[in-house]
Amino acid sequence: MYSKILTLRFPKTGVSKPTVCHLAKDYGLIFTILKATVLPRKEGIMVLEVSGPKKNFKNGITFLKEQGVLVQNASREVNRNAKKCIHCGACTAVCPTGALVVSHPELSIDFNIKKCSVCELCVPACPTRAMKVHPTSETFF
Amino acid sequence: MVTKVGKHKVNKTFQEINAKIRSGEVVVVTAEEIIGIVEKEGAVAAAKKVDVVTTGTFAPMCSSGAFINFGHSKPGIKASKVWLNNVPAYAGIAAVDCYIGATEPCEDDPLNKVWPGEFNYGGGHVIQDLVTGKKVSLKATAYGTSCYPSRLIEKKVRLNELQSATLCNPRNGYQNYNCAVNLTKKTIYTYMGTLKPKAGNANYCSAGELSPLINDPYYKTIGLGTRIFLGGAQGYVTWQGTQHNPSAARTDNGVPVRPSGTLWVMGDLKKMSPDWLVGMSYQGYGISLAVGLGIPIPILNEEMASYTAVSDSEIYTQIIDYGNDYPNGISKSLGQVSYAELKSGTIELDGKSVQTVPLSSMVKAREIAEILKTWIREGKFLLGEPQFTLPA
Repeated sequence: MYSKILTLRFPKTGVSKPTVCHLAKDYGLIFTILKATVLPRKEGIMVLEVSGPKKNFKNGITFLKEQGVLVQNASREVNRNAKKCIHCGACTAVCPTGALVVSHPELSIDFNIKKCSVCELCVPACPTRAMKVHPTSETFF
Repeated sequence: MVTKVGKHKVNKTFQEINAKIRSGEVVVVTAEEIIGIVEKEGAVAAAKKVDVVTTGTFAPMCSSGAFINFGHSKPGIKASKVWLNNVPAYAGIAAVDCYIGATEPCEDDPLNKVWPGEFNYGGGHVIQDLVTGKKVSLKATAYGTSCYPSRLIEKKVRLNELQSATLCNPRNGYQNYNCAVNLTKKTIYTYMGTLKPKAGNANYCSAGELSPLINDPYYKTIGLGTRIFLGGAQGYVTWQGTQHNPSAARTDNGVPVRPSGTLWVMGDLKKMSPDWLVGMSYQGYGISLAVGLGIPIPILNEEMASYTAVSDSEIYTQIIDYGNDYPNGISKSLGQVSYAELKSGTIELDGKSVQTVPLSSMVKAREIAEILKTWIREGKFLLGEPQFTLPA
Protein backbone atom coordinates (compact mmCIF):
# COMPACT_ATOMS: atom_id res chain seq x y z
CA MET A 1 0.00 0.00 0.00
CA TYR A 2 1.33 3.35 -1.10
CA SER A 3 0.11 6.50 0.56
CA LYS A 4 0.82 10.19 0.04
CA ILE A 5 -0.67 13.54 0.89
CA LEU A 6 -1.10 15.56 -2.29
CA THR A 7 -2.09 19.12 -3.08
CA LEU A 8 -4.19 19.38 -6.24
CA ARG A 9 -4.66 22.71 -8.00
CA PHE A 10 -7.60 22.79 -10.41
CA PRO A 11 -7.76 25.27 -13.26
CA LYS A 12 -10.77 27.60 -13.57
CA THR A 13 -12.24 25.34 -16.25
CA GLY A 14 -11.91 22.17 -14.22
CA VAL A 15 -13.61 23.15 -10.98
CA SER A 16 -17.13 22.20 -11.96
CA LYS A 17 -16.13 18.86 -13.49
CA PRO A 18 -16.16 15.69 -11.33
CA THR A 19 -12.53 14.57 -11.24
CA VAL A 20 -11.22 12.97 -8.07
CA CYS A 21 -14.07 10.43 -7.94
CA HIS A 22 -12.38 8.75 -10.90
CA LEU A 23 -9.43 7.93 -8.68
CA ALA A 24 -11.69 5.53 -6.79
CA LYS A 25 -13.89 4.45 -9.68
CA ASP A 26 -11.28 3.85 -12.39
CA TYR A 27 -7.98 3.47 -10.52
CA GLY A 28 -8.95 1.60 -7.34
CA LEU A 29 -7.50 4.27 -5.07
CA ILE A 30 -8.95 5.40 -1.77
CA PHE A 31 -8.64 8.95 -0.58
CA THR A 32 -9.48 11.26 2.29
CA ILE A 33 -10.24 14.89 1.49
CA LEU A 34 -8.29 16.96 4.00
CA LYS A 35 -9.17 20.31 2.49
CA ALA A 36 -11.17 21.55 -0.50
CA THR A 37 -11.85 25.10 -1.51
CA VAL A 38 -12.68 27.23 -4.54
CA LEU A 39 -10.86 30.53 -4.66
CA PRO A 40 -12.50 33.86 -5.71
CA ARG A 41 -11.11 33.56 -9.23
CA LYS A 42 -12.56 30.05 -9.41
CA GLU A 43 -9.37 28.01 -9.25
CA GLY A 44 -9.76 25.08 -6.91
CA ILE A 45 -7.41 23.69 -4.28
CA MET A 46 -7.78 20.28 -2.73
CA VAL A 47 -5.57 18.42 -0.28
CA LEU A 48 -5.96 14.66 -0.46
CA GLU A 49 -4.44 11.70 1.26
CA VAL A 50 -4.37 9.08 -1.47
CA SER A 51 -3.65 5.40 -0.86
CA GLY A 52 -3.50 2.33 -3.07
CA PRO A 53 -1.17 0.02 -4.96
CA LYS A 54 1.82 1.91 -6.34
CA LYS A 55 0.94 1.20 -10.00
CA ASN A 56 -2.63 2.46 -9.58
CA PHE A 57 -1.30 5.48 -7.77
CA LYS A 58 0.98 6.33 -10.67
CA ASN A 59 -1.82 5.91 -13.22
CA GLY A 60 -4.19 7.98 -11.11
CA ILE A 61 -1.72 10.84 -10.94
CA THR A 62 -1.22 10.67 -14.71
CA PHE A 63 -5.00 10.88 -15.12
CA LEU A 64 -5.18 13.97 -12.89
CA LYS A 65 -2.41 15.67 -14.84
CA GLU A 66 -4.25 14.94 -18.11
CA GLN A 67 -7.22 16.80 -16.67
CA GLY A 68 -5.03 19.87 -16.27
CA VAL A 69 -4.67 19.44 -12.49
CA LEU A 70 -1.37 20.56 -11.00
CA VAL A 71 -0.27 17.84 -8.54
CA GLN A 72 2.16 18.59 -5.76
CA ASN A 73 3.47 16.58 -2.86
CA ALA A 74 2.04 18.02 0.35
CA SER A 75 3.67 15.80 2.91
CA ARG A 76 6.25 17.39 5.12
CA GLU A 77 9.25 16.17 7.00
CA VAL A 78 11.56 17.56 9.62
CA ASN A 79 15.21 17.93 8.66
CA ARG A 80 18.21 18.73 10.75
CA ASN A 81 20.78 21.25 9.55
CA ALA A 82 23.98 19.46 10.52
CA LYS A 83 25.97 22.68 10.38
CA LYS A 84 23.71 24.37 12.91
CA CYS A 85 23.26 21.46 15.32
CA ILE A 86 25.66 21.73 18.24
CA HIS A 87 24.53 18.45 19.85
CA CYS A 88 23.28 20.15 23.01
CA GLY A 89 20.32 17.81 23.49
CA ALA A 90 17.55 20.35 24.25
CA CYS A 91 15.34 18.73 21.56
CA THR A 92 15.36 15.36 23.29
CA ALA A 93 13.20 16.84 26.05
CA VAL A 94 10.25 17.40 23.71
CA CYS A 95 10.54 14.68 21.05
CA PRO A 96 7.60 12.31 21.77
CA THR A 97 8.60 9.48 19.42
CA GLY A 98 12.26 9.00 20.28
CA ALA A 99 13.38 10.20 16.84
CA LEU A 100 15.79 12.57 18.58
CA VAL A 101 17.88 10.74 21.15
CA VAL A 102 21.16 11.06 23.00
CA SER A 103 23.47 8.33 21.77
CA HIS A 104 25.98 6.68 24.08
CA PRO A 105 28.81 6.81 24.96
CA GLU A 106 29.77 9.87 22.91
CA LEU A 107 26.60 11.82 23.93
CA SER A 108 25.95 13.10 20.44
CA ILE A 109 22.37 13.64 19.29
CA ASP A 110 20.96 11.17 16.77
CA PHE A 111 18.02 12.00 14.52
CA ASN A 112 16.16 9.00 13.13
CA ILE A 113 13.80 10.46 10.53
CA LYS A 114 11.90 7.16 10.27
CA LYS A 115 10.67 7.59 13.83
CA CYS A 116 9.73 11.25 13.28
CA SER A 117 5.98 11.95 13.35
CA VAL A 118 6.47 15.55 12.12
CA CYS A 119 4.88 16.92 15.30
CA GLU A 120 7.29 19.87 14.92
CA LEU A 121 7.82 20.33 18.68
CA CYS A 122 11.59 20.27 18.16
CA VAL A 123 11.48 23.24 15.77
CA PRO A 124 11.03 26.01 18.37
CA ALA A 125 12.73 23.92 21.09
CA CYS A 126 16.04 23.83 19.21
CA PRO A 127 18.11 26.78 20.52
CA THR A 128 20.16 27.11 17.32
CA ARG A 129 17.14 26.59 15.01
CA ALA A 130 18.73 23.57 13.38
CA MET A 131 15.39 21.74 12.95
CA LYS A 132 13.27 22.83 9.98
CA VAL A 133 10.08 21.55 8.35
CA HIS A 134 10.39 20.97 4.61
CA PRO A 135 8.13 19.49 1.95
CA THR A 136 9.19 15.89 1.74
CA SER A 137 12.03 15.39 -0.69
CA GLU A 138 10.65 12.03 -1.95
CA THR A 139 8.84 12.12 -5.30
CA PHE A 140 5.57 10.19 -5.78
CA PHE A 141 6.85 7.49 -8.05
CA MET B 1 48.47 30.65 47.56
CA VAL B 2 52.02 29.39 47.04
CA THR B 3 52.58 25.66 47.10
CA LYS B 4 55.68 24.95 49.16
CA VAL B 5 58.41 23.02 47.41
CA GLY B 6 58.90 19.74 49.16
CA LYS B 7 55.24 19.20 49.90
CA HIS B 8 54.89 17.25 46.69
CA LYS B 9 56.96 14.52 45.05
CA VAL B 10 56.60 16.17 41.64
CA ASN B 11 57.17 19.90 41.32
CA LYS B 12 56.92 21.74 38.02
CA THR B 13 56.58 25.43 37.30
CA PHE B 14 54.65 27.26 34.60
CA GLN B 15 58.00 28.34 33.13
CA GLU B 16 59.26 24.75 32.94
CA ILE B 17 56.09 23.59 31.20
CA ASN B 18 56.25 26.53 28.79
CA ALA B 19 59.86 25.65 27.97
CA LYS B 20 58.65 22.14 27.09
CA ILE B 21 55.88 23.61 24.92
CA ARG B 22 58.48 25.71 23.07
CA SER B 23 60.79 22.73 22.55
CA GLY B 24 57.93 20.46 21.51
CA GLU B 25 58.49 17.94 24.35
CA VAL B 26 55.33 18.77 26.21
CA VAL B 27 52.92 15.95 27.05
CA VAL B 28 49.28 17.01 26.81
CA VAL B 29 46.17 14.91 27.38
CA THR B 30 42.49 15.79 27.75
CA ALA B 31 40.56 15.71 31.02
CA GLU B 32 38.90 12.48 29.81
CA GLU B 33 42.23 10.83 28.95
CA ILE B 34 43.94 11.68 32.26
CA ILE B 35 41.35 9.63 34.19
CA GLY B 36 42.66 6.31 32.88
CA ILE B 37 46.31 7.37 33.22
CA VAL B 38 45.97 8.26 36.92
CA GLU B 39 43.87 5.16 37.58
CA LYS B 40 46.49 2.90 35.98
CA GLU B 41 49.75 4.56 36.97
CA GLY B 42 48.90 6.63 40.03
CA ALA B 43 48.94 10.39 40.52
CA VAL B 44 52.72 10.72 41.02
CA ALA B 45 53.64 8.81 37.86
CA ALA B 46 50.93 10.65 35.94
CA ALA B 47 52.25 14.01 37.17
CA LYS B 48 55.75 13.06 36.06
CA LYS B 49 54.50 12.03 32.64
CA VAL B 50 51.81 14.59 31.84
CA ASP B 51 52.42 18.36 31.76
CA VAL B 52 49.05 19.75 30.77
CA VAL B 53 45.44 18.53 30.92
CA THR B 54 43.01 20.27 28.59
CA THR B 55 39.36 20.87 29.43
CA GLY B 56 36.42 22.18 27.45
CA THR B 57 32.81 23.23 27.64
CA PHE B 58 30.29 24.50 25.10
CA ALA B 59 27.00 25.64 26.54
CA PRO B 60 24.71 28.66 26.82
CA MET B 61 26.43 31.30 28.96
CA CYS B 62 23.99 34.17 29.36
CA SER B 63 26.38 36.51 31.12
CA SER B 64 28.29 37.27 27.93
CA GLY B 65 28.66 40.21 25.60
CA ALA B 66 31.06 42.40 23.71
CA PHE B 67 32.45 45.92 24.03
CA ILE B 68 32.42 47.54 20.63
CA ASN B 69 34.02 50.79 19.54
CA PHE B 70 32.52 51.74 16.18
CA GLY B 71 34.89 54.60 15.39
CA HIS B 72 34.22 58.32 15.01
CA SER B 73 32.06 59.60 12.19
CA LYS B 74 32.36 63.03 10.54
CA PRO B 75 30.88 65.12 12.05
CA GLY B 76 31.26 63.29 15.34
CA ILE B 77 28.58 61.80 17.56
CA LYS B 78 28.37 61.15 21.28
CA ALA B 79 26.02 58.19 20.99
CA SER B 80 23.46 57.95 23.78
CA LYS B 81 21.53 55.07 22.29
CA VAL B 82 22.89 52.37 20.01
CA TRP B 83 21.25 49.48 18.13
CA LEU B 84 22.96 46.67 16.27
CA ASN B 85 20.53 44.94 13.86
CA ASN B 86 17.82 46.59 15.93
CA VAL B 87 19.10 45.00 19.15
CA PRO B 88 19.78 47.69 21.78
CA ALA B 89 23.38 47.94 22.99
CA TYR B 90 24.30 49.80 26.18
CA ALA B 91 25.72 53.19 25.18
CA GLY B 92 26.20 54.90 28.55
CA ILE B 93 29.97 54.89 28.07
CA ALA B 94 32.21 57.13 25.95
CA ALA B 95 31.19 58.68 22.61
CA VAL B 96 31.43 55.66 20.29
CA ASP B 97 31.70 52.76 22.72
CA CYS B 98 28.89 50.35 23.48
CA TYR B 99 28.28 46.95 25.05
CA ILE B 100 26.11 44.42 23.28
CA GLY B 101 24.78 41.92 25.80
CA ALA B 102 24.01 38.34 24.74
CA THR B 103 20.48 38.20 26.17
CA GLU B 104 19.15 41.50 24.78
CA PRO B 105 16.20 40.79 22.48
CA CYS B 106 15.59 42.56 19.18
CA GLU B 107 13.36 45.64 19.70
CA ASP B 108 10.41 44.31 17.69
CA ASP B 109 10.45 40.92 19.39
CA PRO B 110 7.00 39.93 20.72
CA LEU B 111 8.79 38.41 23.73
CA ASN B 112 6.39 36.21 25.73
CA LYS B 113 3.24 38.03 24.59
CA VAL B 114 2.30 34.89 22.70
CA TRP B 115 3.52 32.32 25.17
CA PRO B 116 5.94 30.62 24.84
CA GLY B 117 7.86 33.20 22.82
CA GLU B 118 10.38 32.11 20.23
CA PHE B 119 13.08 34.79 20.76
CA ASN B 120 14.51 34.36 17.32
CA TYR B 121 17.05 37.19 17.34
CA GLY B 122 19.03 39.06 19.96
CA GLY B 123 22.45 40.06 21.23
CA GLY B 124 23.85 36.54 21.03
CA HIS B 125 22.90 36.40 17.37
CA VAL B 126 24.43 39.84 16.70
CA ILE B 127 27.72 38.56 18.14
CA GLN B 128 27.53 35.41 16.01
CA ASP B 129 26.70 37.47 12.89
CA LEU B 130 29.67 39.75 13.56
CA VAL B 131 32.14 36.88 13.89
CA THR B 132 30.63 35.26 10.78
CA GLY B 133 31.70 38.42 8.92
CA LYS B 134 28.13 39.48 8.10
CA LYS B 135 27.20 43.14 7.71
CA VAL B 136 25.39 44.43 10.78
CA SER B 137 23.34 47.61 10.71
CA LEU B 138 24.34 50.12 13.35
CA LYS B 139 22.15 52.99 14.44
CA ALA B 140 23.12 55.56 17.05
CA THR B 141 21.19 58.55 18.33
CA ALA B 142 22.46 61.44 20.41
CA TYR B 143 21.39 64.79 21.89
CA GLY B 144 24.27 66.68 20.26
CA THR B 145 27.08 68.62 21.91
CA SER B 146 29.52 71.32 20.77
CA CYS B 147 32.26 68.76 20.29
CA TYR B 148 29.98 65.98 18.91
CA PRO B 149 27.21 67.70 16.92
CA SER B 150 25.66 64.68 15.12
CA ARG B 151 22.36 63.41 16.44
CA LEU B 152 21.98 60.33 14.29
CA ILE B 153 24.19 57.93 12.42
CA GLU B 154 23.11 54.84 10.51
CA LYS B 155 25.60 52.59 8.80
CA LYS B 156 26.41 48.99 7.98
CA VAL B 157 29.44 47.62 9.75
CA ARG B 158 31.49 44.46 9.57
CA LEU B 159 33.59 43.14 12.43
CA ASN B 160 36.90 43.85 10.66
CA GLU B 161 35.86 47.48 10.06
CA LEU B 162 35.18 48.17 13.71
CA GLN B 163 37.78 50.10 15.69
CA SER B 164 37.76 47.34 18.29
CA ALA B 165 35.54 44.53 19.51
CA THR B 166 36.28 42.72 22.75
CA LEU B 167 34.33 39.77 24.08
CA CYS B 168 33.90 40.44 27.80
CA ASN B 169 31.86 37.85 29.66
CA PRO B 170 31.25 38.61 33.34
CA ARG B 171 30.17 35.08 34.24
CA ASN B 172 31.14 32.00 32.26
CA GLY B 173 32.15 28.42 32.94
CA TYR B 174 30.05 27.75 36.03
CA GLN B 175 31.71 25.17 38.23
CA ASN B 176 28.85 22.68 38.30
CA TYR B 177 25.18 23.49 37.75
CA ASN B 178 21.72 22.39 38.89
CA CYS B 179 19.76 19.51 37.47
CA ALA B 180 16.31 20.97 36.74
CA VAL B 181 12.92 19.28 37.00
CA ASN B 182 9.37 20.61 37.04
CA LEU B 183 7.02 19.31 39.73
CA THR B 184 4.01 21.38 38.63
CA LYS B 185 1.21 20.06 36.42
CA LYS B 186 2.07 22.16 33.36
CA THR B 187 5.01 22.30 30.98
CA ILE B 188 7.34 25.19 31.75
CA TYR B 189 9.92 26.93 29.58
CA THR B 190 13.09 27.91 31.40
CA TYR B 191 16.72 28.80 30.81
CA MET B 192 17.26 25.11 31.57
CA GLY B 193 15.12 24.23 28.54
CA THR B 194 11.63 22.76 28.33
CA LEU B 195 10.57 20.97 31.49
CA LYS B 196 7.60 18.65 31.21
CA PRO B 197 5.14 18.42 34.13
CA LYS B 198 5.42 15.99 37.05
CA ALA B 199 9.16 15.63 36.57
CA GLY B 200 8.73 14.46 32.97
CA ASN B 201 12.39 15.17 32.29
CA ALA B 202 15.51 16.28 34.17
CA ASN B 203 17.75 18.78 32.39
CA TYR B 204 21.39 19.33 33.30
CA CYS B 205 24.07 21.63 31.98
CA SER B 206 27.71 20.83 32.71
CA ALA B 207 30.44 19.07 30.80
CA GLY B 208 31.17 17.14 34.04
CA GLU B 209 34.61 15.53 33.93
CA LEU B 210 35.62 17.77 30.98
CA SER B 211 34.40 21.00 32.57
CA PRO B 212 37.22 23.52 33.27
CA LEU B 213 36.63 24.44 36.91
CA ILE B 214 35.66 20.88 37.92
CA ASN B 215 39.25 19.90 37.04
CA ASP B 216 40.86 22.54 39.27
CA PRO B 217 38.26 22.63 42.03
CA TYR B 218 40.20 24.99 44.35
CA TYR B 219 41.40 27.27 41.52
CA LYS B 220 45.05 26.49 42.32
CA THR B 221 46.23 27.28 38.80
CA ILE B 222 43.49 29.61 37.49
CA GLY B 223 43.35 33.36 37.94
CA LEU B 224 43.99 36.71 36.28
CA GLY B 225 46.10 36.02 33.21
CA THR B 226 45.27 32.35 32.67
CA ARG B 227 45.32 31.92 28.90
CA ILE B 228 42.33 29.98 27.60
CA PHE B 229 40.44 28.80 24.52
CA LEU B 230 37.65 31.34 24.12
CA GLY B 231 35.25 31.42 21.18
CA GLY B 232 37.78 29.69 18.94
CA ALA B 233 40.67 32.06 19.75
CA GLN B 234 43.03 32.62 22.65
CA GLY B 235 41.48 34.60 25.46
CA TYR B 236 42.09 35.18 29.13
CA VAL B 237 40.58 34.74 32.55
CA THR B 238 40.59 38.28 33.93
CA TRP B 239 38.76 37.95 37.23
CA GLN B 240 36.47 35.69 39.20
CA GLY B 241 33.07 35.77 37.55
CA THR B 242 30.04 37.42 39.13
CA GLN B 243 28.31 35.18 41.72
CA HIS B 244 31.65 33.32 42.20
CA ASN B 245 30.94 31.28 45.31
CA PRO B 246 33.87 29.17 46.43
CA SER B 247 32.23 28.31 49.77
CA ALA B 248 29.66 25.88 48.32
CA ALA B 249 29.61 22.41 49.89
CA ARG B 250 32.13 20.01 48.36
CA THR B 251 32.79 16.29 48.28
CA ASP B 252 36.12 14.88 49.53
CA ASN B 253 37.70 15.33 46.09
CA GLY B 254 37.08 19.08 46.37
CA VAL B 255 34.38 19.21 43.70
CA PRO B 256 31.41 21.37 44.72
CA VAL B 257 27.99 19.70 44.74
CA ARG B 258 26.16 22.88 43.70
CA PRO B 259 26.89 25.80 41.35
CA SER B 260 29.95 27.54 42.81
CA GLY B 261 33.02 29.07 41.12
CA THR B 262 32.69 31.21 37.98
CA LEU B 263 35.00 32.97 35.54
CA TRP B 264 35.22 36.45 34.07
CA VAL B 265 36.77 36.02 30.65
CA MET B 266 37.89 38.32 27.84
CA GLY B 267 39.31 38.06 24.37
CA ASP B 268 39.58 39.73 20.97
CA LEU B 269 36.26 39.15 19.19
CA LYS B 270 37.93 39.82 15.83
CA LYS B 271 39.91 36.59 16.18
CA MET B 272 36.95 34.44 17.18
CA SER B 273 34.80 32.05 15.16
CA PRO B 274 31.03 31.55 14.64
CA ASP B 275 31.58 27.85 15.35
CA TRP B 276 32.34 28.69 18.97
CA LEU B 277 30.06 31.68 19.60
CA VAL B 278 26.54 30.61 18.71
CA GLY B 279 23.38 32.66 19.30
CA MET B 280 20.76 30.61 21.15
CA SER B 281 16.97 31.01 21.33
CA TYR B 282 15.36 29.50 24.40
CA GLN B 283 11.65 29.04 23.82
CA GLY B 284 9.65 30.98 26.40
CA TYR B 285 12.79 32.27 28.10
CA GLY B 286 14.95 34.40 25.86
CA ILE B 287 18.23 34.72 24.05
CA SER B 288 21.65 33.49 25.04
CA LEU B 289 25.06 32.76 23.60
CA ALA B 290 26.74 29.37 23.53
CA VAL B 291 30.39 30.02 24.33
CA GLY B 292 33.22 27.63 23.60
CA LEU B 293 35.59 27.72 26.56
CA GLY B 294 38.59 25.55 27.38
CA ILE B 295 41.24 25.86 30.05
CA PRO B 296 44.59 24.08 30.10
CA ILE B 297 45.36 22.83 33.59
CA PRO B 298 49.12 22.67 34.28
CA ILE B 299 50.08 19.49 36.11
CA LEU B 300 52.40 21.26 38.53
CA ASN B 301 52.37 18.32 40.95
CA GLU B 302 50.58 15.06 41.76
CA GLU B 303 47.83 16.98 43.54
CA MET B 304 46.83 18.60 40.22
CA ALA B 305 47.02 15.21 38.52
CA SER B 306 44.55 13.85 41.10
CA TYR B 307 42.19 16.78 40.66
CA THR B 308 42.11 16.46 36.87
CA ALA B 309 41.51 12.70 37.15
CA VAL B 310 38.04 13.28 38.58
CA SER B 311 35.40 11.30 36.69
CA ASP B 312 31.65 11.72 36.16
CA SER B 313 30.83 9.13 38.84
CA GLU B 314 32.54 11.33 41.47
CA ILE B 315 30.90 14.62 40.44
CA TYR B 316 27.51 15.32 41.97
CA THR B 317 24.81 17.93 41.62
CA GLN B 318 21.40 18.69 43.13
CA ILE B 319 17.99 18.12 41.56
CA ILE B 320 16.06 21.38 41.85
CA ASP B 321 12.37 22.02 41.15
CA TYR B 322 12.13 24.85 38.62
CA GLY B 323 8.33 24.73 38.73
CA ASN B 324 7.82 26.13 42.19
CA ASP B 325 11.01 26.17 44.30
CA TYR B 326 13.53 27.93 42.05
CA PRO B 327 11.23 30.80 40.95
CA ASN B 328 10.46 31.44 44.63
CA GLY B 329 14.09 31.42 45.70
CA ILE B 330 13.83 28.11 47.56
CA SER B 331 17.09 26.21 47.12
CA LYS B 332 15.73 22.87 48.32
CA SER B 333 17.44 19.81 46.85
CA LEU B 334 15.17 16.95 45.78
CA GLY B 335 18.17 14.66 45.66
CA GLN B 336 21.81 14.38 44.71
CA VAL B 337 22.85 12.71 41.45
CA SER B 338 26.19 12.03 39.80
CA TYR B 339 27.05 13.06 36.26
CA ALA B 340 27.57 9.39 35.44
CA GLU B 341 23.89 8.84 36.29
CA LEU B 342 22.80 11.98 34.42
CA LYS B 343 24.76 11.00 31.32
CA SER B 344 23.34 7.45 31.42
CA GLY B 345 20.01 8.79 30.16
CA THR B 346 17.81 8.28 33.22
CA ILE B 347 17.89 9.12 36.92
CA GLU B 348 15.76 7.98 39.81
CA LEU B 349 13.53 10.54 41.49
CA ASP B 350 11.08 9.43 44.18
CA GLY B 351 11.32 5.86 42.96
CA LYS B 352 10.43 6.90 39.42
CA SER B 353 12.75 6.75 36.42
CA VAL B 354 13.15 10.19 34.81
CA GLN B 355 14.62 10.88 31.35
CA THR B 356 17.68 13.16 31.49
CA VAL B 357 18.34 15.87 28.94
CA PRO B 358 21.75 17.48 28.44
CA LEU B 359 22.05 21.16 27.46
CA SER B 360 25.84 21.36 27.40
CA SER B 361 27.33 19.79 24.29
CA MET B 362 29.77 17.00 25.16
CA VAL B 363 30.63 16.56 21.48
CA LYS B 364 31.78 20.18 21.27
CA ALA B 365 33.42 20.14 24.72
CA ARG B 366 35.56 17.21 23.61
CA GLU B 367 36.41 19.02 20.37
CA ILE B 368 37.60 22.07 22.35
CA ALA B 369 39.80 19.96 24.63
CA GLU B 370 41.29 18.33 21.51
CA ILE B 371 41.90 21.67 19.74
CA LEU B 372 43.57 23.07 22.84
CA LYS B 373 45.72 19.94 23.05
CA THR B 374 46.82 20.41 19.42
CA TRP B 375 47.58 24.11 19.93
CA ILE B 376 49.79 23.33 22.92
CA ARG B 377 51.53 20.38 21.24
CA GLU B 378 52.27 22.50 18.20
CA GLY B 379 53.73 25.27 20.34
CA LYS B 380 51.01 27.76 19.34
CA PHE B 381 49.68 28.17 22.84
CA LEU B 382 51.74 28.92 25.94
CA LEU B 383 50.35 28.72 29.45
CA GLY B 384 49.55 32.03 31.09
CA GLU B 385 50.72 32.16 34.69
CA PRO B 386 48.12 33.95 36.80
CA GLN B 387 49.04 37.12 38.68
CA PHE B 388 46.83 35.79 41.45
CA THR B 389 44.46 32.85 41.59
CA LEU B 390 40.69 33.09 42.04
CA PRO B 391 39.39 33.38 45.62
CA ALA B 392 39.11 29.85 47.01
